[in-house]
Amino acid sequence: MDSRIKIASKNVNVYYGTTHAIKNVSLDIEDRAVTAFIGPSGCGKSTFLRCLNRMNDTIDICRVTGDIALDGTDIYGREVDPVQLRARVGMVFQKPNPFPKSIFDNVAYGPRIHGLAQNKADLDAIVEQSLRRAAIWDEVKDRLDEPGTGLSGGQQQRLCIARAVATAPEVLLMDEPCSALDPIATAQVEELIDELRQSYSVVIVTHSMQQAARVSQKTAFFHLGDMLEYDETSKIFTNPENEKTQQYITGRFG
Amino acid sequence: MLPFVVLAIMVIAIIAFQLCRSKAVASAGGTLALLHSRPSYHGVYSLLWVLIIGLGVFIALDLIGFAIVDSLMRGELDNLLASTGETLRQIEKDLRISDAIKIVRGGLASSEGPIRLELADYFAGLERWRIGVVAVGSLAAAGGAFYVTYQQVAVGFRARNRSERILRSILWTAAAIAVLTTIGIVLSLIGETMHFFFTQIDGRFDAFFFGTTWSPLSGVHSGVMDPTKVGAIPLFAGTLMITMIAMLVAVPIGLFAAIYLSDFASASARAWAKPMLEVLAGVPTVVYGFFAAITVAPFIRDFGEAVGLSVASESALAAGIVMGIMIIPFISSLSDDVINAVPQSLRDGSYGLGATKAETIRKVILPAALPGIVSAVLLGMSRAIGETMIVVMAAGQGANLTWNPLEAVTTVTVQIVMLLTGDTDMATASGPAFTLGFTLFCVTLLLNVVALRIVRSYREMYD
Amino acid sequence: MTIELTELSAQHTSDAAARRARSRHWAEFRLKAYGIIAISLAAAALVILASTIVVRTVGTVYEYYISIDVELDLRERDLARINDPDPRIRADLRSVIRDGLRGTVEGDLGRAERRQLFALTSGDAGFELGDLVKADRQLLGETLRFRALLDDEVQLYLKGKIGELHDAGSFGTVTPRKIEGSDEIELGLSPLALAEGRAMLQEARAAAAKLERAEASRQAAAVAQTEADIAEATDASQEEKKRLEDLLSRFTTARDAANARADALLRKATDRSAYFRLTSGDPSIILRLNGGWLKVTALSQERLAGIELDPLDSLDPPDEGDWQALLFDRPESERNISDRQLVWLENLERSGTLDRAFNWRILSQSDSSNAELAGIWGALVGSFWTMMVTFLIAFPVGVLAAIYLEEFAPKNRVTDLIEVNINNLAAVPSIVFGLLGLLLFVSGLKFNVFGMEIMIGGFVPRSSPMAGGMVLALMTLPTIIIAARASIRAVPPSIRDAALAIGASKLQTATHHVLPLAMPGIMTGTIIGMAQALGETAPLLMVGMNSFIQEPPASPLEPGNVLPTLIYQWNNHSERLFDDKTAAAISILLIFLVAMNALAVLLRKRFERRW
Repeated sequence: MDSRIKIASKNVNVYYGTTHAIKNVSLDIEDRAVTAFIGPSGCGKSTFLRCLNRMNDTIDICRVTGDIALDGTDIYGREVDPVQLRARVGMVFQKPNPFPKSIFDNVAYGPRIHGLAQNKADLDAIVEQSLRRAAIWDEVKDRLDEPGTGLSGGQQQRLCIARAVATAPEVLLMDEPCSALDPIATAQVEELIDELRQSYSVVIVTHSMQQAARVSQKTAFFHLGDMLEYDETSKIFTNPENEKTQQYITGRFG
Repeated sequence: MLPFVVLAIMVIAIIAFQLCRSKAVASAGGTLALLHSRPSYHGVYSLLWVLIIGLGVFIALDLIGFAIVDSLMRGELDNLLASTGETLRQIEKDLRISDAIKIVRGGLASSEGPIRLELADYFAGLERWRIGVVAVGSLAAAGGAFYVTYQQVAVGFRARNRSERILRSILWTAAAIAVLTTIGIVLSLIGETMHFFFTQIDGRFDAFFFGTTWSPLSGVHSGVMDPTKVGAIPLFAGTLMITMIAMLVAVPIGLFAAIYLSDFASASARAWAKPMLEVLAGVPTVVYGFFAAITVAPFIRDFGEAVGLSVASESALAAGIVMGIMIIPFISSLSDDVINAVPQSLRDGSYGLGATKAETIRKVILPAALPGIVSAVLLGMSRAIGETMIVVMAAGQGANLTWNPLEAVTTVTVQIVMLLTGDTDMATASGPAFTLGFTLFCVTLLLNVVALRIVRSYREMYD
Repeated sequence: MTIELTELSAQHTSDAAARRARSRHWAEFRLKAYGIIAISLAAAALVILASTIVVRTVGTVYEYYISIDVELDLRERDLARINDPDPRIRADLRSVIRDGLRGTVEGDLGRAERRQLFALTSGDAGFELGDLVKADRQLLGETLRFRALLDDEVQLYLKGKIGELHDAGSFGTVTPRKIEGSDEIELGLSPLALAEGRAMLQEARAAAAKLERAEASRQAAAVAQTEADIAEATDASQEEKKRLEDLLSRFTTARDAANARADALLRKATDRSAYFRLTSGDPSIILRLNGGWLKVTALSQERLAGIELDPLDSLDPPDEGDWQALLFDRPESERNISDRQLVWLENLERSGTLDRAFNWRILSQSDSSNAELAGIWGALVGSFWTMMVTFLIAFPVGVLAAIYLEEFAPKNRVTDLIEVNINNLAAVPSIVFGLLGLLLFVSGLKFNVFGMEIMIGGFVPRSSPMAGGMVLALMTLPTIIIAARASIRAVPPSIRDAALAIGASKLQTATHHVLPLAMPGIMTGTIIGMAQALGETAPLLMVGMNSFIQEPPASPLEPGNVLPTLIYQWNNHSERLFDDKTAAAISILLIFLVAMNALAVLLRKRFERRW
């Protein structure tokens, strides 16, 4: 059970207009584990991440080929609704982006549109649990009616995580969730990610190798649209097979 | 003759430039570095003063001379009339004076009677004096300015700083004209408004703001109006009704068009729809007026008749619909701007949670863009209230207090145009007309200020 | 705490979620459809607007002439005017034209008929002939083939906008016979054809009666409404009551009159009497036979009677097919062109005397109260002067103000005030600018200072392009300032720093470096502002630029009007040809606007620079 495959991707190519952004990437993401994507800027790790919940669909010129299967179903299949897919594969962005609404409404947004709560009590329960999961409940429980934009950067990001969790996803994608945060907030979010691993499959894109080493169980190294290496995190950081990986990890480029 | 004086002043200015420049070069004695300012700055300094003094005196003398000539002409005409025992109305006097001027200047006068010819002789004499005084006075002033500045040329003279200061004040004056315009609007409107309230209707403010009968020019006795006939409520109601119809057309169409263009349309659809809306915005209002009068109003009347409704041929509905069409591009482009100003990260956040585009727009984008949209609507309303040609050409002229959009109603702007372009006595008609204009100015100003303030605070939110 | 978040995940793949997704997508589709509908409505409005204008403009592309032989044997008075050296003195040779017109029709004409004949040509044709002779005095005493412009209603008819004479069918043989002691001619015709004609006329009368009945019911509604108003207005003023009473009696009279007309028509429609008389309210039936024209005045069981509109050559029975019955559906009483004029035009058209030419007149002539003569040249010149004044004031002032505000103005409350002021000024209704211009520039502001009357302003002649141009300059100023500031701001600070660093003064930096780089943007904004000014109407009405101008203004100080005010004036005329001419004037205005905007777009594309 421990190493069950949640998302299986095979020969994925992504094109932005004429640019070949992702070249033939195949990789499997495990359930109840944290997978980290690392690599220098512009290597395609974020692009690949956005393929996993079809966020790339919102960009007109973007084209994706290959197979990506969630629990064995092709997510680019005809009958798959990207809207429903994104409910199962949630996402947290680089910059905290709370809606200009109250904290409660921010978290309740997902459950409301997906109809997860049958009544107000259910909704309250979902919001509270999500905020607890995101380790921010104690800080905001007395001011749920205040706008989410009034929180500090780290709180905003945890609010966004709570918002993603409230939709009850199976997979959580995180696109450099700590890059806009200070070290203390980063530590809080990292701790949170480690906890979230108990219930979800988490994929995180990060610039920081330390972060990848701290939170992830598996790590993939991207370079210029290619995935050069994918293995246990401990293996990647101690004994990488690929020369480029080695160079990147030791800080020779990137 | 007088254009040549202007030309001569310019020539003096150019000569002054040359002379002062060479004097500066000479005074430096070969080492130009000794000069505080480069020689041409000495030239420019002199040139500016010659132009300012020369042209200033020219304009002042010309205007004063014109006023003096005008009053002398009137006096002379009165003398002439007194000698023949004729009495003329003001407008007939004006005609004789303008004919006399035309005779002198070689235009085609409406007729040539003895009075006109005598007046023309008199005018010719005055005109010679006027031109002489203006020419001599302004040329002397220009020459004097040149003399003074020429004396000032010296090695240490800070010509550059001084001429830049002059140029800077010219720039400042240009910027101040915008403010002066506003002051001018307020001053000119207030004067006539006070005249209307205190003299023409004897301080009865309530009669204007709450009265329901508008027919200000009927029952005027020696400049005083009947307070029961200056009630502007029917005009306000008519303006409001047409504005509301216009907004009912423009807001949904403009807003849905903006939503579609910003979040749904393909690049190619945007490429033709946006210019299409811009074309709609560029059509002059008089063309919309023609369209309303010749196509829309007859169509609505015929349609109404076909379904058994009685529709006035100048119905509020027709004017309102066409005005709405005019305002569509206004609402859509402003809304498009504010919708686009909502950061992409909010859209991504919503899509990432599995929201559809419609849900994202309704629950995230529109609430975020609401202040901007509200201000767009307010600006559109202000434009509709102040719009003139469509209503002048397609709405009614009689003040009619009704709730029925199929009847003819009149508006504030229509009444201003009727009062000031009709066959009316300007001195009497301008009171109510300017009062309506002032009301219009205040209401639109209020809407604009509120709208601009909302937009400003909204900008600050996302910048 | 009954909810376990991870268990909720299962809901996403449930059937309920799929159903929910369907309705969510349906909502999305609806929103998208609203957007498409909105854009389509806007596009439809534009298309209808454009087609209204184009269709009507097309109606003015040609104008119609009649060629007549005129003998230039002038009367004393006309000769004197022809020989007057002043080119502004024009001779009206209408009597010569009239003599020429007489030559185009057969038979003796009574007074009324002559008047109808002379009404075929434009009222100004005489002047045009006079101008022709004045330009070439050699023509005096000669006989000349002259092309005289036709009257506006005649032109509308020739363009098919009033209706047309169409074939009513063939009806066998006829036997014409003069009725003794009367002008009328009698024709024997098959009873079947006569019955058919009678049925057609009765139908037309019944239809007319229906229209009158509708009018009567409209008036009856007004009566009911007014009665209700009167019942309500118990405590209204005496005057108000009187007004309502007057209104009531007017509506009542109109209702009764319409009802009476409808009754009369119905009675006539059901007329079964043997002798059926046509009135001017009936469609016209006109017969062409034996080289002349007959208008049918009455039908009986086996004969019809008619009067000669154009004399017949003989009263011999024509062969079947050599005569023709024609019908004009619109009754004579409802058009400005009589049956007699119709047949004359028909004859003239057959003899090739009528022709059409491209309508240069609308471009080359100035305004006139005669629809067929009116042109836009005067307004075009007026627009030119007005735009010159506007540009010469607004452009320099606008650019200087923008330079000051961007490069020099200290950031303080005064600058803030100016800034807010400019933004608000841009949104002040244009008519308010007109009021300002009227008072400040045209009439003058009078102040009473210590008993002395002081007047400020009032130095610009009313109706002059100078007055209009100054008002439009004030209106355009904010647009130009805003555009100029934006493009000055777009010049990167590095360029200013570079210039300042080599010792240039702030003013030199602004004029030598910043301004040239900002110029394309400023020009674009200025052109757009000028295009707006070119289409502006309301403020110009205020300064009297809606005056009737027959000669283009020679300078900005002479009375003139502009294209938009001309459009407004033409729209007020009741002659139908003016509707078309208004559309043509609009087309020309739009051509200018499109050209200016295209120029602005071109400038922007050509010089657009991204820093």
